[in-house]
Amino acid sequence: MQLTLEFGGGLELLCDSEKIHKVNVDLPNGVEELTMKDLLSWVRTNVIKERPEMFIKGDTVRPGVLVLVNDCDWELSGQLETTIEDKDVIVFISTLHGG
Amino acid sequence: MEKGEAKSKKPARLCCICNERRPVLKRPKTLQQICRECFYEVFEEEIHQAIVKNRLFKSGERVAIGASGGKDSTVLAYVLSELNRRHSYGLDLFLLSIDEGITGYRDDSLETVKRNELQALDRGAALLKVDKLVTGHNADDIAETVLLNILRGDIARLSRCTSITTGEDGPIPRCKPFKYTYEKEIVIYPFLFQNLNESIAAYTLLINTYRGFAREFIKDLERLSQMREDLSKWCKACVLLEGLNRGLPKMGIGRARGGVNGGVDHKKKETKAGSTVKSLESKQCGSLDF
Repeated sequence: MQLTLEFGGGLELLCDSEKIHKVNVDLPNGVEELTMKDLLSWVRTNVIKERPEMFIKGDTVRPGVLVLVNDCDWELSGQLETTIEDKDVIVFISTLHGG
Repeated sequence: MEKGEAKSKKPARLCCICNERRPVLKRPKTLQQICRECFYEVFEEEIHQAIVKNRLFKSGERVAIGASGGKDSTVLAYVLSELNRRHSYGLDLFLLSIDEGITGYRDDSLETVKRNELQALDRGAALLKVDKLVTGHNADDIAETVLLNILRGDIARLSRCTSITTGEDGPIPRCKPFKYTYEKEIVIYPFLFQNLNESIAAYTLLINTYRGFAREFIKDLERLSQMREDLSKWCKACVLLEGLNRGLPKMGIGRARGGVNGGVDHKKKETKAGSTVKSLESKQCGSLDF
């Protein structure tokens, strides 16, 4: 499925300073729908080039990283359980930067 | 078309404030789910209230905004000029920017840099002949500063670091209109406003700085306090409190099989044998009378 990933607030520095990534993610075998949990581990392996600890902590994003799915706070859609569909836009913004 | 459906499907509820539109944000302060339009309104209104209640400005004052080009100061400059116009504060606003000549905040000397920068801001403010200097320090920054001052044992700073206005005895008082504003909202504010987002200079990640550690720690705490409900299953204090509230003072006490099952065990015993219950009840339970 086609997804648009956007990194901001300094997170773009972890992936070749490229803010917008148009990606094609295949569903893992035996899974019917993609959740944010699956997507995060995919992003960590395929998009993040350096210092993954700035992005991921445990199985979720580092506290202080804001996630928006289709311009909507992921805390409203179930965080890791949010299901992702084709052509969704997912934005990651770090709030852990200088002011 | 499918896309539109998918979008509106995700958050089932409507905005807590207007009850009309789709919510886009969970407010960290109140945990309310609110829509974009209501967010702008409450965000700006809260800052206006902080300014009015604390009498930060007087009409006709010259006010310098300490601008680093980062998100806090950019949003501050935007919101202040907006509020100044909307509520006729009658302020003359200036942007004051210090070029500290550093490209990244990647070394441990950040705090020194910041301190020097603040002195430079003072000198700049004096040059501009302003009455006040405002900075973009937000609620999260203040929480971090409290923690850092405790860790450093800096009692003098600890006592004044939460004041909304400081340096009133000095030549140029400083104030923080964002004192009650959470960082998450400041970050998301320009994001929902594309044109403002573009004008924010490159972000720098705080890496290996003392403040960075404090910040992460506070973020972890924040997440924990949101999980408090779930945690109460494991937290001994929560089990004891629940026991008291439910009239089961022995819940979680004694060498029973763990706190979680404490309440259940207790009930079983009650139904099984009256003598066990009696012996339990005859034990003293602190100074509480039941």
